[in-house]
Amino acid sequence: MKPIEVENIDVAIIGGGPSGLSAAMTLRKLGVDKVVVLEREPEAGGIPRHCGHPPFGLREYGRIYTGPAYARKNVAQALKAGVQIRVKHSVTQMGQGGRLEVVSPDGAQVIQARRVLIATGARETPRSARLLGGDRPLGVINTGAFQSYLYLEHLKPFERPLIVGTELVSLSAVMSCRRAGIKPVAMIEANLRATARWPLSLFPRLCGVPMHFGAQLLEIHGTGRVEGATVRLADGQTRTFDCDGVLLTGQFTPESSLVRLSDLRLDPKSGGPYIDQYGRCSDPAYFAAGNLLRPVETAGWSFREGHKIATMIARDLQGQLPAATPSIEIACKGDLKLCVPQCLSNSSVVGMQHLQLRVSRAVKGRLVVRADGKEIWSRAGSSLPERRLLIPIASLNLPQGVQQLEVDFVGQ
Amino acid sequence: MTKPFPNQSGIYDVIVVGGGVVGCAMVRRFTLEGARVLLLEKSPDILSGASKGNSAILHTGFDAPTGSLELQCMKDGYQEYLQIHQKMSLPLLKTGAMVVAWNEDDLGKLQGIVEQAHANGIADVNLIGRERVRALEPNLAHNALGAVEVPGEFLIDPWSAPLGYLLQAMMHGAQVRFNTEVNGGYFDGELWALETTNGFVRGRTIINCAGLFGDVLEQQLLGASSFSIHPRKGQFVVFDKAAARYLGNIILPVPNERTKGIVLTRTVYGNLLVGPTAEEQEDRLHAGLDSDVLRQLVDAAVERIPALEGMPVTATYAALRPATEKKEYRVQRVEGKNWISVGGIRSTGLTAALGIARHVFSLYQREHTPVPAPILQWPTLPNLAEHLPRDYQRPGYGEIVCHCEMVTLREIENALASALPPGDLGGLKRRTRACMGRCQGFYCGARVAELSAGHLAIPLATGVCHEAH
Repeated sequence: MKPIEVENIDVAIIGGGPSGLSAAMTLRKLGVDKVVVLEREPEAGGIPRHCGHPPFGLREYGRIYTGPAYARKNVAQALKAGVQIRVKHSVTQMGQGGRLEVVSPDGAQVIQARRVLIATGARETPRSARLLGGDRPLGVINTGAFQSYLYLEHLKPFERPLIVGTELVSLSAVMSCRRAGIKPVAMIEANLRATARWPLSLFPRLCGVPMHFGAQLLEIHGTGRVEGATVRLADGQTRTFDCDGVLLTGQFTPESSLVRLSDLRLDPKSGGPYIDQYGRCSDPAYFAAGNLLRPVETAGWSFREGHKIATMIARDLQGQLPAATPSIEIACKGDLKLCVPQCLSNSSVVGMQHLQLRVSRAVKGRLVVRADGKEIWSRAGSSLPERRLLIPIASLNLPQGVQQLEVDFVGQ
Repeated sequence: MTKPFPNQSGIYDVIVVGGGVVGCAMVRRFTLEGARVLLLEKSPDILSGASKGNSAILHTGFDAPTGSLELQCMKDGYQEYLQIHQKMSLPLLKTGAMVVAWNEDDLGKLQGIVEQAHANGIADVNLIGRERVRALEPNLAHNALGAVEVPGEFLIDPWSAPLGYLLQAMMHGAQVRFNTEVNGGYFDGELWALETTNGFVRGRTIINCAGLFGDVLEQQLLGASSFSIHPRKGQFVVFDKAAARYLGNIILPVPNERTKGIVLTRTVYGNLLVGPTAEEQEDRLHAGLDSDVLRQLVDAAVERIPALEGMPVTATYAALRPATEKKEYRVQRVEGKNWISVGGIRSTGLTAALGIARHVFSLYQREHTPVPAPILQWPTLPNLAEHLPRDYQRPGYGEIVCHCEMVTLREIENALASALPPGDLGGLKRRTRACMGRCQGFYCGARVAELSAGHLAIPLATGVCHEAH
């Protein structure tokens, strides 16, 4: 059962979401000839396909779209730019040097790409990986599945869910519930405040959904469908909500299973591939962009990131990127959960503009960068989990001969 | 809705109560031997009780009590599986196992394990030192002091196998009724009339394969039960497919008195699994997960295979094993009642099922002589094992619905249209693996809801929604 056909192309892009499509159209515009997007779903567009609400696309296209309309716009723009989009194409193996094993309903094939961009995005953490307790009835799902039910299949998975989490996506879930006539019984958050920014975080209350902070989901009940969920509230009391579903929102995780199964280096902190400021992976034929890099950013951010990395790939194809080694490793300390990129190639060629950081818990203090143990940059501030936290790479003014960088949040 | 059958044609030779792995094997054996068999299952699908959660190992019986019925059934079941699996396209992954000693106490017990294995007729079992363990399993933690090597322990597909047993029985005329619970009944000295939630059924002999409810059934119909069920819960954690590369053999612990302990093994589906726990409980219906216990399982796995640190968890599950107040299998004929009890089939049931069926048939044969089927027909089970060709590798599959487990539209449609279609989501998952992967339905849940609409006892969707645009 060996696939016979080997197809040679310039750039293969794995994943047709905002970052992948944006990268694809950019590469074409920069004169790269054969750019192929491999999308495993029957339609390209990515997660926005099933986010049936605005706002999408303001910075990219100067107007506001709903998710599905934004996804269609990205697809149309990519096609217009001469990108080949192959739907129902699943990459099963990423081999060394850009050799991809691909299956589609027409059969298996091998694609040899000069460069590969991995743009497989992120997904929410399901019930299993959260190690949640209790029964395993029907109706315990993530927002992604929920919105696919509503917007792709026009079905409702429940009528009275308990919503877990207060990230941006959780508010999107509340909005979707409202549109579908689904009445959440409550929204719970393990932390003492909402993860999403004020005033968006007021939205559930405005919709009449009671919110409980410092509340931990202990057990799910039900033999067939969900019949209830027991929660430990902030005051230590436990309460069982009468609900027919549990909507687990957020806790995004990179969809990096292909990376895990390949020889590419994985960053255990971000859960995504280990890259330099050009988005280049440990095998220099591979690049990565979008929410695969770090959970989680907006579609717009991913779109711009895809564009940026695509310009790097185009330069690399012309031999204009510096060699991948030697590079400066960046270590995350203290309450910093992740840093992307994970290393910097020692070069004046500008790549990504920022170090992107996330904290693992609410912190206040000084964000510090040390070069070989010596502090070279700092800024006072605070951050919350899942919030965007950036350090402009240019502002670091890296001294010559630096071996290692360390980013740290020094608490007060 | 209780309408007795009008004539003799409604009388079965054998009624098997309970469609777990043992019940399915039982229906197969009796049908192939020529009996007219009816299977009653109270759930919408087979394997809905104890059989839905196990560690999917085909055991040799090396550590079963010497001379026990359990050992005999395991050895017979093992042999028969090896004989028939290819005919049904059922997978067999020849991993071998190691009983690993993690401390001096364990180490001291290894020789006894080898001796027992040899006494049980498993001759290729032998003791290996720590160097050999390290050479064979380089990713195991270095505090593995030695092991008993059991080359004959293999991995199988724990759900396709019983499905195959029952499908073959159905090809030979066995009948199955789902959503049919036995509520009562009487024996007139020759015939049983069972009152079920779907009316009366009549049969000459009852075989009690009701698993977790076996004693309840006997109290109901016989007035007393020869055994009592003490449910024992086992929780499991399944790691991502990327974890499977860290292990070759099945890693068994040195057992203690109560249980075989926590196993680390690959699965035929290409994952890595750790479990089960052994937790006594009263409740026979709910096999609840416990966050702390799941975390302990993850920690235990990382302790034994340090490379698993940070490995994503794909799935968690729990099931109840129908343990009784005694260790041994509780299989016996109830004299004068045309009744055979098959109780207390615990962890070894998957391996032993085919052997138990043979044993029970030999008990039955003392009074009955059916005429066996002359030419056997064999069902072909769709392959779900990673080491054999999967459906997505064959063109024309339509689309891949579940990307994590690479489940095709063709596989799902075939399962829904099969002779024994899934009765609930669990059944669909067990037949196809849809929604079983790392995203647990994030990507495919809604599509599976749409595809399965009208097919399952409890639909995934609670209603339609045309407003959301």
